[in-house]
Amino acid sequence: MAKHKISVTINGAAREAEVESRLLLVHLIREVFRMTGTHVGCDTSHCGACTVVLDGNPVKSCTVLAVQADGAKITTVEGLEQGGKLHPVQEGFTEKHGLQCGFCTPGMLMTTSALLERNKNPSEQQIREAISGNLCRCTGYVNIVKAVQYAAEKMR
Amino acid sequence: MSEPRTDAKICGMGHSMKRKEDPRFIRGQGRYIDDFTLPGMLYMDIVRSPHAHARIKKINTARALKIPGVLAVIDGPTLAKYNLHWMPTISADTQMVLPIDEVMYQAQEVCAVIATERYIAADGVDAVEVEYEPLPVMVDPHKSLAPGAPVLRKDKEGKKDNLAFHWQAGDKADAERALAASDVVISENVYLPRIHVASMETCGCIADFDTAQGKLTVYMTTQAPHAVRTVFALVAGHVGLSEEKIRIVSPDIGGGFGGKVPVYPGYVIAVAASVVIGKPIKWIEDRMENLQADSFARDYHMKVELGAKRDGTMTSLKIKTVADHGYANASANPSKFPTGLFSICTGSYDLKHAFCEVDAAYTHKPPGGVAYRCSFRVTEAVHAIERATDALAQKLNMDPAELRMKNFIKPEQFPYKSVLGWEYDSGNYGVALKKAMDIIGYDALRREQAEKRKKGDLMGIGISSFTEIVGAGPSRDFDILGIKMFDSAEIRVHPTGKAIARFGTKSQGQGHETTYAQIVAEELGIPAAHVQVEEGDTDTAPYGLGTYASRSTPTSGAACALAARKIRDKAKKIAAHLLEVSEQDLDWEPGKFFVKGAPQMAKTIQECAFAAYTNHPQGMEAGLEAVHYYDPPNLTFPFGSYICVVDIDRGTGDVKVRRFVAVDDCGNIINPMIVEGQIHGGLTQGIGPALYEEISYDDEGNISGGSFLDYYVPTALETPHWETDKTTTPSPHHPFGAKGVGESATVGAPPAIANAVVRKSASGRIRVATAMTTTMRTIERPAGEPV
Repeated sequence: MAKHKISVTINGAAREAEVESRLLLVHLIREVFRMTGTHVGCDTSHCGACTVVLDGNPVKSCTVLAVQADGAKITTVEGLEQGGKLHPVQEGFTEKHGLQCGFCTPGMLMTTSALLERNKNPSEQQIREAISGNLCRCTGYVNIVKAVQYAAEKMR
Repeated sequence: MSEPRTDAKICGMGHSMKRKEDPRFIRGQGRYIDDFTLPGMLYMDIVRSPHAHARIKKINTARALKIPGVLAVIDGPTLAKYNLHWMPTISADTQMVLPIDEVMYQAQEVCAVIATERYIAADGVDAVEVEYEPLPVMVDPHKSLAPGAPVLRKDKEGKKDNLAFHWQAGDKADAERALAASDVVISENVYLPRIHVASMETCGCIADFDTAQGKLTVYMTTQAPHAVRTVFALVAGHVGLSEEKIRIVSPDIGGGFGGKVPVYPGYVIAVAASVVIGKPIKWIEDRMENLQADSFARDYHMKVELGAKRDGTMTSLKIKTVADHGYANASANPSKFPTGLFSICTGSYDLKHAFCEVDAAYTHKPPGGVAYRCSFRVTEAVHAIERATDALAQKLNMDPAELRMKNFIKPEQFPYKSVLGWEYDSGNYGVALKKAMDIIGYDALRREQAEKRKKGDLMGIGISSFTEIVGAGPSRDFDILGIKMFDSAEIRVHPTGKAIARFGTKSQGQGHETTYAQIVAEELGIPAAHVQVEEGDTDTAPYGLGTYASRSTPTSGAACALAARKIRDKAKKIAAHLLEVSEQDLDWEPGKFFVKGAPQMAKTIQECAFAAYTNHPQGMEAGLEAVHYYDPPNLTFPFGSYICVVDIDRGTGDVKVRRFVAVDDCGNIINPMIVEGQIHGGLTQGIGPALYEEISYDDEGNISGGSFLDYYVPTALETPHWETDKTTTPSPHHPFGAKGVGESATVGAPPAIANAVVRKSASGRIRVATAMTTTMRTIERPAGEPV
């Protein structure tokens, strides 16, 4: 199968790879770059466990081809912590018990960190709408909402 | 226990300690099964049947094997050479690993492709050509049990019907006499649909057979690693797998909820492939496989009859159930009762007469079921009695809260022996219901509802006052293939006063690394931050039966406290030796022994630990460690009262949960933050099946609800802002008065929603809420149809 050479900037680092046309972005990240924080939960872009930030927008990386990300700037959960300092959403999820099994957490963190870039003071309803494409089977969402509110407060 | 006994530095019971597992999870450094890559690892993918019932005429693998990177195709005849094509289920039935000639449900495993890469394995699956001859399909459990129905399990010699089992509890004639003598009797058909745990992580494994050492290591998504090790040794002993040469490692698990208790065919095929090929084999389900082929939950068709005197005193309960088990009884049920704990169906009420029975049917559906966040069939039992209670209230024209208060088992009746044989350890039901009513403003809501009804608006108020039964053993009633349902803890205190603690359970998000550390901190005064908790590796952890049925705190939690107390007893001897006093002269406060009347003369637990390795008394064994295997004397009986308010759109049937108040009682609490989190999650898994989730089949056995496209797990938009509170009734027999809490809300929430939505109108029609897929056609249904 034909291979394509692509370059991306992932969590600030320039990386190159030769990939098949059909390779999904999530597998580029997990299996080629060996960053396993981004998870696969459904294959139909419903659960959001694979959410990464692509050129500033949260996207479901199971529904993006790696070749489509050529030249893009990607942030994954591994890139949230900066210089040993947690991102406020990471802090918020711990402080407010916004995670249990942790499987949906990377996707939730990417979606909500992107939300807070766009909206410094989201209402509860806006937070719920923002994470409505990210399923969590453990927490019942209330503490995730509180975690995002905590982070918003810290970022203001 | 209201205030913590330890300070924040020690962080024993009652502290909302931040979780020790979080730092890795929020950094994306959790290690789930698909995150592991072993040298030389191959990938497995599975060909599945598009038919619910068919004869396999031919499997043509030639095209698949031509694909570069496809190494092998394993089918039923391959496994039959090793007599591994069938396996026993936990419930004394058998199921296929891979079929020889006939498939019995849609999405059943037909054969497996082994390849060098994940994508190539998938290519191989597409290239395998299977010729089927479709056969007649049985999807309706009632028809399956009818006389003359074609026999599904022709593999069972002499089997003449499709009854998987019949089970009953109580005195039928007595219950029927009492019903006949009742002033009023209600009869309700209650159906709990087939649903799925849908944990965010699917199932998978890496089977790694080391040919040099003859040792098999299986990294797998299992809630019960030790039990799986023993099962593998029992099932595959004849091909040379011996238990000391099997290691099961359960890494971080992305949610289990009971769905990761069973041993699915995929695990067994991967193990067989690794043993034959001699390389590590990775198998990871996709979501469709997970929803379509893994064990389901519920699927109980119940007819519930409840009698009462005119004044509302309940007299007798009778439940007849038809249970759809799919093509095999693969119930992940660790009790000696085929229907688990269904006979808890008298609930929170002082019923003197009761009878229940279950007929389990074979159908052309996947086998199961699992105890989805429930101690097996407790959800069904609670739903039956709580729905019947509301129907009775409506028939008597009595407020459902008042009817419950009147019939509750009274606090002074505990320990209470139920008519169906359980000894409830403790309870105080009226206080919990009163608290929930006060929080939600019950009387005002009833007034609002009456006003709204006059205007034709649909507003529902639903109550559920459930009693749970969790924490299996005791071993007299509970086992897995004969292995008794105890559980274990092993604690080692190091010379510097830090500790490692290992358990036979396995967290899937419940926070054991934190809560077990808090138990050690409570008992020994060693800060929880200094206690490393490990589970899931059968080579290192003490033997245990795993985490499900809300059993970790009631069993391993108890074992943890008792192991810690053994350590404290030894430390006391060491302290007496160091202080040159007798043991009787010493008192304990968390973290140190001190001389009675002279508190300045003290030795900390850390000093005792150091001395255990450096300066222990003559004649005493060195070291400071203990192991405890705990077989509980009884189950624990957490309870609660939930009240919800819903607004229903008369036009669309859409149900909006306006408020939901949950008052829970799980006895003494280890970590209030984690308990609240468990309740929140359970409530969300309670509204799911009540309003949105359902797996159903058409007449051909085609599944609906087989992907997240049409299996509707609640999102943040449907989920209300949960309001929680608690009462505290400690378990009298648990070492620190705790009861299991992980499942209370999943059990208690669905009938609260159902009771808010279902109501018979004067014309005999009823409003019902069902899964979203069927809402449009079921806003009104004739009375008598299942709800």
